Amino acid sequence: MGAGDISMGSSPDISSLIACHECDLLHRQTALPPGGVACCTRCGAELYANPRDSLNRALALTLAAAILYVTLNVLPIVSLDAQGIVTTATLLGSARALHAAGMTSVALLVFATTIFVPTAYLFAMLYLLVPYKFGYTPPQMPEVLRAVHMLKHWGMIEVYLLGVMAALVKLGHLAIIKPGPSLWLLAALVFVLAAAVAAFDSHNFWHIGEAAGNRPLQ
Amino acid sequence: MSTPPVTAAALGLLSCHDCGLLSKPQDGHMACPRCGAPLHPRKVNSVARAWAFLIAAAVCYIPANLLPVMQAGSMFGSQKDTIFSGVVYLWNSGSEPIALLILFASIMVPLAKLITLTYLLISVQRRSLMRPLLRTKLYRLAEFIGRWSMIDIYVVALLVTLVQFGGFATIEPAPGAIAFGLVVILTMISALSFDPRLIWDPIEDKA
Repeated sequence: MGAGDISMGSSPDISSLIACHECDLLHRQTALPPGGVACCTRCGAELYANPRDSLNRALALTLAAAILYVTLNVLPIVSLDAQGIVTTATLLGSARALHAAGMTSVALLVFATTIFVPTAYLFAMLYLLVPYKFGYTPPQMPEVLRAVHMLKHWGMIEVYLLGVMAALVKLGHLAIIKPGPSLWLLAALVFVLAAAVAAFDSHNFWHIGEAAGNRPLQ
Repeated sequence: MSTPPVTAAALGLLSCHDCGLLSKPQDGHMACPRCGAPLHPRKVNSVARAWAFLIAAAVCYIPANLLPVMQAGSMFGSQKDTIFSGVVYLWNSGSEPIALLILFASIMVPLAKLITLTYLLISVQRRSLMRPLLRTKLYRLAEFIGRWSMIDIYVVALLVTLVQFGGFATIEPAPGAIAFGLVVILTMISALSFDPRLIWDPIEDKA
């Protein structure tokens, strides 16, 4: 589904236009069918999307992701059994072990990408979605949307999952290594989070609020 | 149809970096009328910022690969592992797929990212007209794969957490991990600073 591009000479209303954020080409915005995506006709970048039942799905999936995330933080992801001595790793535990071993900078990097950013992202999304669902625009909505946009780059839960797999293989030769319950929660979280991100389009979010006549929440 | 495609810049319109709204700035008032974000025609100091982070990343790439990222100690002595020796170890112990994954994510991806961003920055500064679509796709690829290099940092974190058996066996992180983490972050910031619209600007001016 592409949006029509504009040729010189026509002078359409600015509000019906959108510029590609990757090549600056102007397009005339058209209403998309549910599930439709508009792509730039020149460079193929995604311009805007109309995810099916966006608000409800994004809210449901974000809530599910939040529940999975909280649960997986309390249960072990992997445990290692070396001749009866058992050690376990949790999400927070791996950041803490690096700090305890004197690598605070790397610990902070792990903490930021696996704990701080995902937590902030889930909070920010719920902050936007819950009031919206009830017809309110939350205070500071533009700033929070901006934060969501930033945070999306720095959350690396899916990379961490692959890291766990690599560590399982690496230690598998040396000791008995058992995947913990949180490994499955982590795998589920990666998919739920990806679906939650796909169900949300910030461009579309503004339209939903405008179309529903959302009131500011005081 | 021979009319050239029209860009926002050609009509003096600015699009908001945050909410995407298009507006015509009036009397130098450079803020988005919908969300209030400051408006800029292109990302601010894009080329200089991207270069600065890229050069810093290239400098860190050397210690990241030469210094050990972790140190395994046991009652039989200690052994230091660089990223590459870790790959060799995995390969020799029969885990070829994981060895290739780490080789790809930790050594080849950062190097490919350094080369790609260097090429993009030079081509933009020379106002190259060559294959803008291909260069835009290269940029997207560099932006997308960069995060996967973090795998090795997480592997080190997990091994340090799990292998703590006192005198029997311990794994400690080593300084190479700091350099490696910096390479990942710096190349990511460099890619985020780069504005792909700069690839297309010379093509507009030519038309």
